[in-house]
This record gives sequence, C-alpha cells and structure tokens, in this order.
Amino acid sequence: MRQRAITLANALGVFAALLLVWQLVLRIFRVPPYMLPSPWAVTKTVGARFPSLVSSFLITAEEAAGGLVVSIVVGVAVALVFAQSRWVRRMLYPWTLLLQTVPIVAVAPLILMWFGAGAPSVTLIAFIISLAPIIANTTQGLISVDENLVHLFLMHNASRSQILFKLRLPNSVPSLFVGIRIASGIAVIGAITGELYAGSSRVGEGGLGYSILYASSQLQTDYLFALVAAATVLGFGFLFLVMFLEWYFLHNWHESARTPEAE
Amino acid sequence: MSGLAAPMIEMTDVTKRYGSARTVLDLFDLYVRKGEFVTLLGPSGCGKSTVLKLISGLTPPTTGTIRVDGMLPKNAREMTSYIFQDATLLPWRTVRQNVGLGLELEGVGKDRRGDKISSLLELVGLSEVAKAYPRQLSGGMKMRVSIARALATNPRLLLMDEPFAALDEISRDRLNEELLRLRAEQQWTAVFVTHSVSEAVFLSTRIVVLSPNPGRIHAVVPVQLRAERNPELRTAPEFDALVAQVSRTLRGALTS
Repeated sequence: MRQRAITLANALGVFAALLLVWQLVLRIFRVPPYMLPSPWAVTKTVGARFPSLVSSFLITAEEAAGGLVVSIVVGVAVALVFAQSRWVRRMLYPWTLLLQTVPIVAVAPLILMWFGAGAPSVTLIAFIISLAPIIANTTQGLISVDENLVHLFLMHNASRSQILFKLRLPNSVPSLFVGIRIASGIAVIGAITGELYAGSSRVGEGGLGYSILYASSQLQTDYLFALVAAATVLGFGFLFLVMFLEWYFLHNWHESARTPEAE
Repeated sequence: MSGLAAPMIEMTDVTKRYGSARTVLDLFDLYVRKGEFVTLLGPSGCGKSTVLKLISGLTPPTTGTIRVDGMLPKNAREMTSYIFQDATLLPWRTVRQNVGLGLELEGVGKDRRGDKISSLLELVGLSEVAKAYPRQLSGGMKMRVSIARALATNPRLLLMDEPFAALDEISRDRLNEELLRLRAEQQWTAVFVTHSVSEAVFLSTRIVVLSPNPGRIHAVVPVQLRAERNPELRTAPEFDALVAQVSRTLRGALTS
C-alpha cells in the first residue's frame, strides 16, 4: 500500500514538472496559442467542451472495443483450425502474415469506398489491424502443450475434442492474453486511424480521430490537445481492462499473473 | 496371491528404431506376471522409457509383439495408468479437479466422481489441499496428486517413468513407502523405471538391469527380502548386500 502511494506521488511529481516546463517554454519563447496552447487553456477547453469530448471518446471506444471483441472471437476460431495440423498451418499461416504487414492506412480508403463512412467501417479497420496478434499468439498456445500431457490424455482414451477443449484451449489462455494485450493497443490506434478516413457519416460529429482532423482544420489547437489526451486515456483504459481480466482469469494458476504479495 | 503364473505383460522379440538409424531396443523380451513389481534399471540411453511407451501403446514397436493382459497395448489402456517423471498436472485445475481428470475423460459422471476423489485424497494425505492449485504445492505433494490421479481409474497395471527422480531423498523415501502401502491395498502390477539402485531394491520384486546402445536385458535380479518393507529395511545388512550386488551388475552392464 505504502509502495503504491510512493509510486503515485512520483508519477504526479513528474506530471507537475512537465506542466511547469510546458508553461516555461510558452513564456520564454512566446509561442502563439494556435501553435501550443497553455495547460490552463487546454483544461478550460476540456471543461467547456466536455460533452462533445465524451461523446467522441465513447464513439471511438465502441468502435475499438467492437473491433477487438470480433478479432478475439474470429482469431480464436482461426487458431483452433490452425491447431488441427501442421499442414493447415503451413498452407494458411502466410496469409495471416499478410494481414499483419499490409499497411492499414493504404487499405482504409478501399474500405471507405466499399462500406461507406461511419462506425461499421471503422470497426472493420480496428478488427483487421488487431486480428493477426490474436491468431499468432493463440495458435502458439494451442500447439505448445507438454507432450506428456498429451500422452496422459491418450492414456485415458481421450477424444480429439477432449484434448482440444480440456487441454489445448485452457493451455492457450495465457498466450491469448498476450495477444489481446497487443491487440488492445493497436485496436485503439486502428479505430482512430480509421476515423481519419471514414470518421463520420454526419458532419461535425464523430469519434476522436474524426474530431482531431476537424479541430486541426479549424486551428482549435487547445481542443486538439484535449482530444489527444482523451485518446491516450482510451488506450490506457483498454490496457488496464485487459490486464485486469488477465489477472482475474490467470492469477490462480499462471506465473505471469502473480500478485506482488505472493512473491 | 492367486494366479501367480498369469501373465500381465508379454514382450517378445521387440525391436524399436526411431527413423532408420538409431536402434533403441534390440530383440527385447520382457515377461511380467500379475502382481509383480518389476523395476527397469539402467543408464541413460538404454531405452527404459521406451519400454514403458511401448507397453502403453504410445509408440508402436518396429518389430515384435506386445500383449498386455492378452490384449494389444492400446486396448489395454483402460486398465493401465501412467505416471510421468514430472507430475504433469493441469495448472488451471485444482488438486481435486486434477485427481478427477482420468475419471472425467472416461465419462464417469460428476456425482460418482466425488466420493472416489475424496477417498483417494485421503489415501495420499492431500485432503487439506484439495482446493489448492498445483503451483501452491511442493514437488512431493504434486507427485502425490499425480499418483492419486493415476489410481483414480482403478488400474490393474501401473507404469512409472522415474516418478521420483526430481525429488529430494527424504520425500523420495516417504513416497516409496507410500507406494508400497498403496500396492498392498490395491494389488496392482507395476513396471517402474529408475536410475536409483536403492529405490529399485526397496520397491521391487524383480529388477531388470538393462545395457545401452542398443537397449538389451543385461541381467535379472530377483529381490527376496522380508515381506514387510518398512523404513528399517533400508539399514538392514541384507538390503545393503543386495544394493551392492545390483550396483555391481549395473557397472557390468555399462562395460559389457
């Protein structure tokens, strides 16, 4: 508990120092506010435009979460197919690499063209960008099972589906969470990138990415800062949520999720 | 014991090669009667573990025949349990759920598993930690869970591949004693693999000494010690004498 208080105090101290440097830079170099607004101006804007900030935040959160959840469902399903045989993996795995290497920025305009502007297209972009790490990590978890455990199951005349669902699938959960943790970060990036292209079907209303574009075109630099901060909060929020779920599901049995007290 | 002559395991002219190059076992014969406790003793690379894998049907022989209670090894799995060198527990399951795994896989209903699991936990002294997860247990306790899991399906044949190799000597001795107590109660046949001469002498009714490259039977040493094998036996002169004899045989297996 004491340790946590000290960590928190340190973080707040660093934050205060950063604000101070920011303010000093403004004073010394006389930066115009449309280039770099003061911390106070940003805070005021957050207060004044809080409702629209929250609504942008929620739109992006929904798109990123939707993309992430669908990528988990589809990713695990694909990994279960990949786990069936080496032959299947050899044939199909290169295609997931393609998924990972194709620049989403280049694909986004296509998706916009095919599916139109708005949340469904953005969710699709978040889904595409977060799928590869889920497939890769879950497949790894499904196939790296201790050989003796497989033998143990065989000795009890276990069926193929018993081995899959009572051994391979639970064994893959820690790697699945590694995948989700990576994917949760890039799903948010994917959603914001997607919004830059396919932000909104209505002018003036949209997620964080759309609003960032809009604010920069209007030179509303203070609001732009508020939006960037909100995007950061969103990324952190996703990461913390995933880490909490990881702890919740794994702390009983897996080394990666041990609480500090237990060490 | 009745039916002393009835065979449990018959391995005849068994050769095992991995790939085309390495011969692990060459024209290997092993005959185990019901009720015996046979230990395979030998240096690394003599194919001890391979013998167990063959008896369990986890790997097929290259040539030769294997029968377990008159059946093909794969068909005898229902009456066979395998205990591995490490405890091979499922880390996401509690002790109780781990012990119940074999019954669960063989389709025994949840309500019928309960009593069986409780009595086994009692038997191996794990009732207190029934709800704990494997990572909270010591090495010796994990091995006890593994033994309880193996016994849950009422095996007639127990295959053990160096089950206590990773344990300290005190835990190993205690588990050796418990294993004999369980055997006296449940009367299974055992094939046990180890590097340890004193463990082999303490547990077995017969020791089969193997020589390496390729694995062959070097010598068979019957163990005729007093019926009741308690910890005091380990300090008895006849025990020491037999350990010395088996050690000499083992050295012979290495140099032959």
